Amino acid sequence: MGKRVLLIEDEPNIIEAISFILSRDGWDVDTHANGRDAVDRVKERNPDLVILDVMLPGRSGFDILGDLRNQPETIDLPVLMLTARGQTKDREMAKRLGASCFMTKPFSNAEVLDIVRSLVEGQKAAS
Amino acid sequence: MGMLNVLVAVSLAYVLFLFVVAFLADHAAARGHAKWLQSPLIYTLSLSIYCTAWTFYGAVGYAARSGLEYLTIYLGPSIVMIGWWWGLRKLVRIGRSQRVTSIADLISSRFGKSNSLAVVVTVIAVVGTTPYIALQLQSVTLALEAFAGEARTSAGHNATALWLAAGLALFTVLFGTRNLDANERHDGVVMAIAVEAVVKLLALVAVGLFVVWGIAGGVGPVMEMISQSEIAVWQVSSGRWAGLMFLSAAALLTLPRMFQVLVVENEDERHLATASWAFPAYLMAMSLFVVPIAVVGLELMPAGANPDLFVLTLPLSQGQDALAMLSFLGGFSSATSMVIVAAIALSTMVSNHIVMPIWLSSQGASAMVAGDVRHVVLLSRRLSIMGVLALGYFYFHATGGGEALAAIGLISFAGVAQTLPALLGGIFWRGATRVGALAGLVTGFVIWGYTMFMPSFGPDVFFTQDVLDHGPLGLVWLRPQALFGISGLDPMIHALVWSMSLNALFFVVASLVSFPTPLERLQGAQFVNVFDHSARPGVWSRGAAEAEDLLVMAQRILGPADAQALFRSEAASQGITGYLPQISPEFLQRLEREMAGSVGAATAHAMIGQIMGRASVTVEDLMAVADETAQIMEYSNQLEAKSAELVHTTRQLRAANEKLTQISHQKDAFLSQISHELRTPMTSIRAFSEILRDGGTLELKAQEKYAGIIHDEAIRLTRLLDDLLDLSVLENGQVSLNMRGGTIASVLDQAMAAAGAENNPMRIRRSGAREDVRLFSDLDRLAQVFINLISNAQKYCDAKSPVLTISVREVEGQLVVDFTDNGSGIPKASQEVIFEKFSRVGSDQAAGGAGLGLAICREIMLRLGGQIAYLPGQGGASFRVTLPDALEMAAQ
Repeated sequence: MGKRVLLIEDEPNIIEAISFILSRDGWDVDTHANGRDAVDRVKERNPDLVILDVMLPGRSGFDILGDLRNQPETIDLPVLMLTARGQTKDREMAKRLGASCFMTKPFSNAEVLDIVRSLVEGQKAAS
Repeated sequence: MGMLNVLVAVSLAYVLFLFVVAFLADHAAARGHAKWLQSPLIYTLSLSIYCTAWTFYGAVGYAARSGLEYLTIYLGPSIVMIGWWWGLRKLVRIGRSQRVTSIADLISSRFGKSNSLAVVVTVIAVVGTTPYIALQLQSVTLALEAFAGEARTSAGHNATALWLAAGLALFTVLFGTRNLDANERHDGVVMAIAVEAVVKLLALVAVGLFVVWGIAGGVGPVMEMISQSEIAVWQVSSGRWAGLMFLSAAALLTLPRMFQVLVVENEDERHLATASWAFPAYLMAMSLFVVPIAVVGLELMPAGANPDLFVLTLPLSQGQDALAMLSFLGGFSSATSMVIVAAIALSTMVSNHIVMPIWLSSQGASAMVAGDVRHVVLLSRRLSIMGVLALGYFYFHATGGGEALAAIGLISFAGVAQTLPALLGGIFWRGATRVGALAGLVTGFVIWGYTMFMPSFGPDVFFTQDVLDHGPLGLVWLRPQALFGISGLDPMIHALVWSMSLNALFFVVASLVSFPTPLERLQGAQFVNVFDHSARPGVWSRGAAEAEDLLVMAQRILGPADAQALFRSEAASQGITGYLPQISPEFLQRLEREMAGSVGAATAHAMIGQIMGRASVTVEDLMAVADETAQIMEYSNQLEAKSAELVHTTRQLRAANEKLTQISHQKDAFLSQISHELRTPMTSIRAFSEILRDGGTLELKAQEKYAGIIHDEAIRLTRLLDDLLDLSVLENGQVSLNMRGGTIASVLDQAMAAAGAENNPMRIRRSGAREDVRLFSDLDRLAQVFINLISNAQKYCDAKSPVLTISVREVEGQLVVDFTDNGSGIPKASQEVIFEKFSRVGSDQAAGGAGLGLAICREIMLRLGGQIAYLPGQGGASFRVTLPDALEMAAQ
């Protein structure tokens, strides 16, 4: 236990759903609902993994990802990007900016769990 | 001496009679009772000034010296009148349509109104006519002396001529310059010379009859005498005959006095038809008795008697004083009529082309303002007349009357004939130019002066005998009477051939190598094509027709669109509908300025002046010029238009391309937006349905909550799809409106109920009775707009105690409904995009809309013929819905 996930998402129902799924699996879930101070929030909470929505009020998920990958303390942080726009363009963008994984909404709960686990464990194995 | 006194008295009485005739004719003309004055007969008789004292006395002398050669002087004009009447008609038509005042005026007018040309022609005319006037003075003086039967001293000789010249000057001044009008016609003078024409014909015929039947004893004996005389055996020199016929024919056209009666005084060109046979008939009658008189005179009169005076001396010798008196009056008539008309014609030229230009330039602009110009014109004419007669007198004085009459006449003819190439070229050849005319005239005039005029004074006046024999400075090829070594010709023919051929050659060559000015081209077309123009040039009706003419012309110059706009705006400013304004000086100035931009100020002025009937070019010619200009302009316009079209097309293509790119981006963005809006609720639905399916330890309360979320999101999805379809239908204009009547109050009630206003903390203020406005519209669609606005206010108003004020007003026939809340309003940047699809203000996803509400509202209001707009500066957020007036809507 004690693995912490920071969920940056603005859609309340989706926050509730993901929080429920991860909590049920034993994750410690923090949520944050806007893009403006998301990077600060990441540094403050220092999570093991970030789930980041692309369309956020205040600042786009891509910008936030770019910031995270430009800073030493977060450069290797696993980031799972979520988007409802589902275009290949977005997928490529996420990859280029250094997202650890990219998922299109809607997703299956099992899939999210698998990815979150593998990302965090892969990170552990690497370190 | 007593006889002389009687003669002088009779002459004075005769002059007085002519005076009365002229006076009465002038008065009749002034009162408009002058139809008979303008008959072809009077016109024909006035042409008889061709027969001067030279003809009256000199023809007999000519016949006595040179036989039948005298006939050439009559044949030349007769051939022109009969065989070339169409050419004369053209000349008369041009003279009338161009309001020509003299031959100098005609030639200068034809060649671009060149005053230098007019001055040259005037000088030629004056120099050429002066010997002729001297000739008249001489013949009358000789006649007086012959009558008096005494040899006068030289001093007395001159005194008689001086008195005569002075008297003629007075008569000419009194009658030639009585008119204050600019009108160049002289009805009184024409009538007087017609009377004189009759007198001289009667006198000559009377003497002829007396000679044939009174002296010789009938036709048979006269014929006998003729066949026995030297006249019958004289050889006819074909060169001289051709030359003389050419000269006399040219004289009919170019002598200033002939031009005056033939063209300037012409009242009606149809008179030419009568004159074309009547004038030759008159000439024939005048020449009929010339040979008999000459033959009988040579037979009866003592050797050494002057044959020039046989007409007078034959009756005198037979004691027929009365017949002699008539004969004298005939000769007097011939002389006076010629001098009077010549003086009028020359004074017109001298005054118009030499005196007035000098006076005007010395006065500067002020002369045009002062009203005394016409008095100056008259004074100038009168002084010119006196000057012309003074010149004639001085020539007479200088030559001492020594020459035979006929020779002097021929010198004159040849002098004025120098204007013939320019005259004929001017009216038949469009290519003739001012430079050509000037070159020809000066060349011909100089050669004439050198080979004919100056030698005519005899040795030691202009040339010494040495120069005549061996050329100036020993240059043999420049001998005045044998130019370029061509000798053996008759001096008259020599001078004529050289002057006329070089004149014509220089005229043609210089015309071909020089370029005409626009005015010359214009005038050239005018003159050469005078018959192509309207039969009655210069007649323009006033009023609308004129405005239309101006419009037609302006369209050619400015192009139809600009011209019509100009005329229409002018008409509108005068309160007239249509395109034909009243012609005011202001408008003409404006039009002229507009046109000057296209064709230059001078042409524009001339064109408008012409249409307004104040200039001397006809409209057709201007149209031709205008067409030419328009074609050139159109061509360049076409080129310009083509290149502009290319630029335009390129710009359009670029714009279309940008638009397509933009639309493509919009489409991507729209799809992306729709994808997001659809996937977001589906994500919740899928996640929670999987959670519920997993079952397990989920509490009942959580289960219910998650089922509720799934339900809500499903509804959200449905609403989104509904909105999308609605918007699509509205945007494509496929929506069918359900129009019906109702009040705005009922629509607002319906909207508030649908928005759940009763259970919402937001208070809504309405405007009460003012809402009682009937309207005719799709009330459900309108309610949809109102619902949207009310629920937006409910969702977004951030005041502690939210209030929405709905005010209804009628403004300028429109129904205005404002929805204003008391929140913090919408930031300026967002105001611009709130009506776009998927635009949301702030971060409140929870509000649940997909950002299509206001876009739909905008489309609905567009369909209903109204509009919706954000109203800034109202404190909170404020939307204004505007609808067309209820009554107007109902009327639709």
